[in-house]
Amino acid sequence: MIKATITVKLKPSVLDPQGEAIRKSLNALGFDEVTGLRTGKTMEVWLEADDPGEAEARVKAMCEKLLVNPVIETYSFSLEEGK
Amino acid sequence: MMRFAVPIFPGSAGMDCVRAVEDVLAQPVDPVCHTQTDLSSYDAVILPGGFSYGDYLRPGALARFAPVMEGVREAAAKGKLVVGIGNGFQILLEAGLLPGAMRRNDHLQFRCDFQRLRVETDRLPFTRDYRAGETIRIPIAHGQGNYHCDDETLAELRQNGQIVFRYAGENPNGSVDAIAGIVNREGNVLGLMPHPERAVREWMGSADGVRFFTSMLKYWRESGAA
Repeated sequence: MIKATITVKLKPSVLDPQGEAIRKSLNALGFDEVTGLRTGKTMEVWLEADDPGEAEARVKAMCEKLLVNPVIETYSFSLEEGK
Repeated sequence: MMRFAVPIFPGSAGMDCVRAVEDVLAQPVDPVCHTQTDLSSYDAVILPGGFSYGDYLRPGALARFAPVMEGVREAAAKGKLVVGIGNGFQILLEAGLLPGAMRRNDHLQFRCDFQRLRVETDRLPFTRDYRAGETIRIPIAHGQGNYHCDDETLAELRQNGQIVFRYAGENPNGSVDAIAGIVNREGNVLGLMPHPERAVREWMGSADGVRFFTSMLKYWRESGAA
């Protein structure tokens, strides 16, 4: 079993209203040093695969077909032995 | 008779579109289950608003792969009229039938209100009963209607006259170039965030949506498909 941890983020050029709202809240709480904040989402996927190479290709396909909208998002992922 | 299909996904609204077609046009209209793949007996498809599949992952992202989308793609490819309203617009974007993507409203709030819109063109099957440049009142109800596309796509949309509706006055969600609705290059697939089906009688607060539907019927009759 392999576990993939996928991070999906908005492209740097795309406005992130949630991140902005959270940044302002942090500033209001006295964290004046915070000058920028971007949100994203993390997905953990467990999959059956014979080897990491196969898993990598499958996870990439999942991202491109469904998990990521390439018009506004980018992604990265890491693989580990899962349980 | 012009036959309308309104695909219903789990979480869709839809009956508002069905009633609008019945009430305004008195044409046959069926709510169609998301598992149906064949829409060839219909002349037009309206993807309704709502929250298909709970808006999980991204609005429209899961509906895009529903079996009925095969029929929607076929209808679009044949030049039939395909409309996506609200969540329906988000589905058309996710399916790649229209360019761009939807982001969360820039102020993060769900906005449910009447909105003034400028009709940018009256040369389309969906707007021929309006006048180019006129302002109409149509309700909006969305949390993710902040349309986004890259500069190159925006230039193309402008150049080809694909921007059909713009928000007039305040932009309620931060969309690029105040875009409220766009059409594909061929002019037969339209997506818009405002809800014309919810503005078809004065008691609804506005009847400005009526002409959206009469335009489609008029186009269909004049195009010789009748």
